[in-house]
Amino acid sequence: MKPVREVLPALAVFAALLALWWLVVWATQSVVFPTPWQVVTGTLELAGDGSLWEHIGASLFRVGTGFTLAMLVAVPLGLWMGWVRGAYATLNPIFQMLRPISPIAWIPIAILWFGVGNVSPIFLIFISSVFPMIVQTVAGVHTIEQRYLRAAANFGVSRRTLFRQVVIPAVLPQIIVGMRIGLGVAWLVVVAAEMIALRSGLGYLIIDSRNAGNRYDLVIAGMIIIGLIGLMLDRLMRVAEGMKVVRWRYAQ
Amino acid sequence: MPSDHANGKAPRISVEGVAKSFTTGRGTLDVLADISFSVAEGETVAIVGPSGCGKSTLMSIIAGFERPDRGSVAIDGTPLRKPSSKGILISQQGSVFPWLTVRENLMFGLNGHRFEGKQDLADHYAAMVGLKGFERSYPHELSGGMLKRAELARALVVKPEILYMDEPFSALDALLSLKMRNELLRILAEERHTVLLITHDVEEAIHVADRVLVLSTRPTRIQATFDVPIPHPRRLASAAVQDLRAAILRELGVEA
Repeated sequence: MKPVREVLPALAVFAALLALWWLVVWATQSVVFPTPWQVVTGTLELAGDGSLWEHIGASLFRVGTGFTLAMLVAVPLGLWMGWVRGAYATLNPIFQMLRPISPIAWIPIAILWFGVGNVSPIFLIFISSVFPMIVQTVAGVHTIEQRYLRAAANFGVSRRTLFRQVVIPAVLPQIIVGMRIGLGVAWLVVVAAEMIALRSGLGYLIIDSRNAGNRYDLVIAGMIIIGLIGLMLDRLMRVAEGMKVVRWRYAQ
Repeated sequence: MPSDHANGKAPRISVEGVAKSFTTGRGTLDVLADISFSVAEGETVAIVGPSGCGKSTLMSIIAGFERPDRGSVAIDGTPLRKPSSKGILISQQGSVFPWLTVRENLMFGLNGHRFEGKQDLADHYAAMVGLKGFERSYPHELSGGMLKRAELARALVVKPEILYMDEPFSALDALLSLKMRNELLRILAEERHTVLLITHDVEEAIHVADRVLVLSTRPTRIQATFDVPIPHPRRLASAAVQDLRAAILRELGVEA
C-alpha cells in the first residue's frame, strides 16, 4: 500500500472536482445535467435491473475476442517480420500506411462487410490492436542485443533453441508492452463502435440513454464505468509486466 | 610451454595476413593491416595495444563472427568459416542471458547434446567458479564479478579448446579484476585451454600470458613480441614482471 501522504493530494483534487460539479449544477439550476448523487442512483438503477452487467459483459466479450485474435496474428507475424529482412521490407510499408488510419474510419466498411452485430466491433477491435502489437514485436526482435545473438551462434545451438531460449524470451517484454497498448486502444474503440451499430455494450448504453429521454445521469455513469474498467485492464497488463519471465528487463 | 610447431602439428590458431578496413561516410578506414601470428595448443597469448587499434575487430575475425577482407584464420589447420563451440568468446560487455537462471545459462551450450547429467555438469562448473548456491539466481541478482564467473563457467561447460577473451575483466574494478585473473590462472592450471587474451592492461597480459604481442595503431600491425619466461605463480611486484612491463610500455610509447 502507498503511504497516505502520497494518495492524499489525488483524493483532495478528486473531492474538489466533485464538489465543483455539484456546485455548478446547483447554481445553474440545470434540469438536464445531473448531480453526482443522481449519477449514483442511476448506476444503482442499472445494476438493479441487471442491464449494467449485460452491457459490461457485451463490451468485454467483444474486446476479449478481437484482442485475442489480434494477438494470435500479431505476435507470430511480428516475430517473422523482425527476423526475416525480406518480410519486413515487404510488409512494413503497408502496415505503416494502414496504422495511422483511425479504427473509426473503418466503421462504414465494417458495417458493409459484417453488418450490424457482434462481428463488426470485433473486427474494429482487431484492426485497432493488431498494428501496435506487430510494431512492438518487430521492434523487440530488432533490439535484441547482438552480444546475445553472437553468444547463441558461438555455442552453435539449433534454430529451435535459438528461438525458444534467446529470441522469444528477449522479445517477450516488448510483446507485453504491445499487448498493453493494444488492449488500451481496443477498449477505446469498442465504446466508439458500439455507439453506432449495436443493441448492447457500454457505448450503446451511453448513446441510448441520451436518445431515450435525456438520461444524462446514465450517460455519465456509463463514462465512469468505462474509465474504471479501462483502468482495471491496464492494471491487469501491468501485472503481466511483473511476471518472472520478463522481470529481468525492468530489474537492470 | 610449446610455442613452436616443430613437431609438424598445425598450430591451434593460425592467423595469416589478416587485413580489414571499414567504409565510412568519409572514406575507407584501414583497421587491420596484414596481421599474422599463431598460437600453439595450450598456449596463452595476450595481445596488447592502444585503444581504438582494432583489437576487438581482430578478435571478432579470429572467433569467426566477422570475415577479413584479406588473409585467413585456421583452427587446427582447418580454415574458419563460422563461429563454433571449439572456441568460446568472452567479451567485456558479457553475454550471460538475463532471462535465464545461472544454471540455465550454463546448460545453454549443452542444448542439442544428448547425455545424462547435463545439470550435474553445469552445477560442477558453477561450483568451480565459486557460484555454488546461486544456480537458480537470475543474472540481475548477481554482482558484476559473479556475472563474469557465470560467463566463464558457461564457456567452460562445453569444454572448448580455445577461450577468446576480449578485455574480459576490464569492466570490473581493479581488485576484482585481479581476483578474476587469479581465478582464471587456477582454472587454466586445471583444464588446459588455449587462450587468446586481448587487453589494454599490460600487467594483466604479463600476469597470465606465455607470450605478449604488441600492436601498433593505424594501420594496426604486430609491432613486437615478448616472451614471458616467468614461472607461475607470478608475483606482480617482482623485478622480472616490472622490467617486462616497462619494456612493453616503452614499445607502446609510454615511459614508466
